[in-house]
Amino acid sequence: MAHYIVPPRTYYLVFAALLLLTALTTGVAFVNLGVFSPIVAMTIAVVKALMVVLFFMHLKYGSRLNWVVGATAIFWLGILLALAMSDYLTRPAAVVS
Amino acid sequence: LPSAETPAPGVHERVEHAHHPALMHHFDDLDQQREAASLGMWVFLATEVLFFGGLFAAYLVYRVWYPNAFGEASRELDIVLGSINTAVLISSSLTMAMAVHAAALGRRRTLMLFLVFTMLFGAAFLGIKAYEYYEKYLEHHIPGANFQFHGPDAPHAQIFFSLYFAMTGLHAAHMVIGLGLMTVLLFMAWRRYFSPEWHSPVEIGGLYWHFVDIIWIFLFPLLYLVDRHS
Repeated sequence: MAHYIVPPRTYYLVFAALLLLTALTTGVAFVNLGVFSPIVAMTIAVVKALMVVLFFMHLKYGSRLNWVVGATAIFWLGILLALAMSDYLTRPAAVVS
Repeated sequence: LPSAETPAPGVHERVEHAHHPALMHHFDDLDQQREAASLGMWVFLATEVLFFGGLFAAYLVYRVWYPNAFGEASRELDIVLGSINTAVLISSSLTMAMAVHAAALGRRRTLMLFLVFTMLFGAAFLGIKAYEYYEKYLEHHIPGANFQFHGPDAPHAQIFFSLYFAMTGLHAAHMVIGLGLMTVLLFMAWRRYFSPEWHSPVEIGGLYWHFVDIIWIFLFPLLYLVDRHS
């Protein structure tokens, strides 16, 4: 089983998309979107990260086992962030200040 | 020869591969060895996600608690240098991907050239980062006894800068390690270690480099773009 060689054209397109999204997230940061500002910024970051993972890191073309490891990492990160916030967000405000 | 036995009919192809000098004895063939190397790197990167994850969790807690102080402190960062650095790092990922591509095709000189480009972009990133740190030093924005911040909430702005230095510092340390890895890969390429059949070090070195890029893709909006519009 010879492994698939990604054509450079794919890399150039991903590169251009990453630069565009960087310009987009920087520009949109100056627009007041209220609570949606961080949501938009993080959505763009996730899209950029996915493009790097899928194409530059060959996840799209590699072994399925790599998918399991990648998904596991995100799942664990989710546990870390969600359980930590479930504590901090439910404390009385008096404790904060 | 240690064994005079003729291999069973079905394993002829594998025996052929076994003659490749890079094939370790505990793997059936180079493809299996390659997938194992790649899987090992993915597992390591999963632990790295959690390594950085602790800092991301700390950031999240403090940003939720002190959104205004985080916005004020974040606006002190140089957004021009920050976005230039993002572009520099994305460029280094492109040249890294092209290096892996050249290695897969057995183009040794192209591989070396792209490794050098990747290192140059990486060094440029660290140079710009060092200049930003120097600016923070001049502005007394480095947490500690000499910290000064002209805003209503200096103590909590200091927490932002602590996280800024911890997160970008850990990221920069990964970049320095990455430059070390690139140096080793460059040396190996120069000594003709790699072939289209076997170039796993380039591939998994690339995985590491792209991962460090991804960390920055999240650090940039979290640190530089918190509350720019106010």
